[in-house]
Amino acid sequence: MSILEIKNLHATVETPEGTKEILKGVDLTIKGGETHAIMGPNGSGKSTLAYAIAGHPKYEITGGEVLLDGEDVLEMSVDERARAGLFLAMQYPVEVPGVTVSNFLRTAKTAIDGEAPSLRTWVKDVKGAMDDLKMDPVFAERNVNEGFSGGEKKRHEILQMQLLKPSIAVLDETDSGLDVDALRVVSEGVNRAKENTEVGIMLITHYTRILQYVKPDFVHVFVNGRVAEQGGPELAERLEAEGYDRYLVGA
Amino acid sequence: MTTTDVKGAESAGDPSANEAVGHAAGAAPVAAGAALEGADTAAAPELEEENLSLPGQEVSAAHAALNRGARLRSFEVAEHAVPKSDIEEWRFTPLRRFSALFEDAPTDDREGDPAVDYQVSVPEGAPAPTTLAIGEAPRGTVLVPEDLPTAIASARTEQALHLVASKNTDYDAPFRVDVVGRGADRRANAHLVLEAEESSSSIVVLNHTGSAQYAQDVEIIVGDNARMTVITVHDWDDDAVHIAQHHARVGRDARLKHVAVTLGGSAVRLNAIGEYAAPGGEIEKLGLYFSDEGQFFENRLFIDHSAPNCTSNVAYKGALQGKGARSVWVGDVLIRKEAEGTNTYELNRNLVLTEGARADSVPNLEIETGEIEGAGHAAATGRFDDEQLFYLRARGIPEIEARRLVVRGFFAEIIQQIDVPEVRERLSAAIEDELARSMN
Repeated sequence: MSILEIKNLHATVETPEGTKEILKGVDLTIKGGETHAIMGPNGSGKSTLAYAIAGHPKYEITGGEVLLDGEDVLEMSVDERARAGLFLAMQYPVEVPGVTVSNFLRTAKTAIDGEAPSLRTWVKDVKGAMDDLKMDPVFAERNVNEGFSGGEKKRHEILQMQLLKPSIAVLDETDSGLDVDALRVVSEGVNRAKENTEVGIMLITHYTRILQYVKPDFVHVFVNGRVAEQGGPELAERLEAEGYDRYLVGA
Repeated sequence: MTTTDVKGAESAGDPSANEAVGHAAGAAPVAAGAALEGADTAAAPELEEENLSLPGQEVSAAHAALNRGARLRSFEVAEHAVPKSDIEEWRFTPLRRFSALFEDAPTDDREGDPAVDYQVSVPEGAPAPTTLAIGEAPRGTVLVPEDLPTAIASARTEQALHLVASKNTDYDAPFRVDVVGRGADRRANAHLVLEAEESSSSIVVLNHTGSAQYAQDVEIIVGDNARMTVITVHDWDDDAVHIAQHHARVGRDARLKHVAVTLGGSAVRLNAIGEYAAPGGEIEKLGLYFSDEGQFFENRLFIDHSAPNCTSNVAYKGALQGKGARSVWVGDVLIRKEAEGTNTYELNRNLVLTEGARADSVPNLEIETGEIEGAGHAAATGRFDDEQLFYLRARGIPEIEARRLVVRGFFAEIIQQIDVPEVRERLSAAIEDELARSMN
């Protein structure tokens, strides 16, 4: 079972106004099989945390550690992190013109596993996972994210998570902008991955709605670049009732 | 007379990226133009240096009366000026590199040792290749040289190769002309006439390899209701220079697909013209180029909408990598007063893969009638999209593989439309080679 340990993580970003510190000492540990909801107001640094873990070049890590099963993640390149078992479902997935979904998925699977998947089982796996997510089979022949609706993009992200079977998955606002039907489909996809694998999930969200479908084991309130409070699912209920105002005083 | 001039000019080199898109329908003028910021990549400073007026700027009355179709055409070598960088048509071109082609010199054939070797094959059942002397129709009925090198090529080619697709005949296999240059120091002139008779269907592949100083005219005559695909592949050695003019006339209800692929050579410049003899014609022009360190590839094209109810569709894509890699694309479209019901679109996209490369892209659209179906253009030059790379790499795909995927995807749209599997496969392989060169 995997364990992701984030210790006193600091990160900055270059802005027109100069260097800005976004992450100000994040401490968080996620074990395989656990689901952690990271909740916080806009601009609190939640998405930066997701991108910093995945290794986006825009963010500079200025302090702290990220360890996956004791290995130093910060020393790894973006693709090495993915091959080590990290997965980031993106809030705004990028279009890749001329590259079909099926080609993309097969290339990614081959890279993650270190060998090409057996054709027969792979085709079946892809088809099954797409059926589960209520995706039309023609989807596989479309270019990656090109002309996808918001809901289609998010389903495509979860499809990748199901097929690539990461040990730790970071879902960055996967629920934002989805209607209830799409949210349900996507949540079921997350729950299936939880049932079928030992994946540990970091569920970054601004809203409590998705927590009705994906039950968190832990809830962390993220404010001003660090975890301000943590607790069980009851913390989400309290946030639902009170909002983030309590944490923003003096922040 | 209403004259609407829609122009956009755009240049870019790493790390800048921008997009200029313009649409015009009816007589509504829409100007699209953008110059990039950044000292050595912007188009504007360079234009100033060469003392040229910017498109859309202070067009004199005399100039406005002249459309792209009014450019000098002549078989007389003496009537063509020696190219200079202050002449609009040559302002992007490295003239010194092409200088050998400005000399009025014969083909450097030696006893038993031609400057350029030609292998010609025709599909089964097609007429055997013949030749046409200067002034022997149909030679010279469509192509009249627009510049000095191609005027020399015409005057210095006593016998032009003539390939004919016979009336009402559908050829599955392509006509092929393999042009193999036999020395970078050797001059060669050529004129080819490709003729598709009424209601025929044919494919012609011109393949250029080896090395030479090559001046070439390719005259393309597409008869009424005929379909013709002409694919020209420039896969020269690193020291070859090549200037060509292709000129096609498309008959009533006829269709021409013209594909220009440039992968190799020191400097290659193609001026490709398409016009219509009668209504109902269709011209599709596709292009693909991959410019490496020190290579200069220029594609100029001119679609002359000279008849009503014709369509044209242009799509050129290029990738550049390495220091001094250059590409120029100038797409001129003229919709004449009589060309009502025209539908045209042109697109150029450039992908700058490394620093130190530069792509210039200039779409020009001149519209002289309001009664058209549609006219538009788009030109964009960008560098590798870091977000695309991040997305692919975040799925475990190593950087080299991710770059390959992006470039392959970029060209896929063009390659998929080339209807000769052998050429398609060769292009895919060539692109892999190019990428392997830069990424290892």
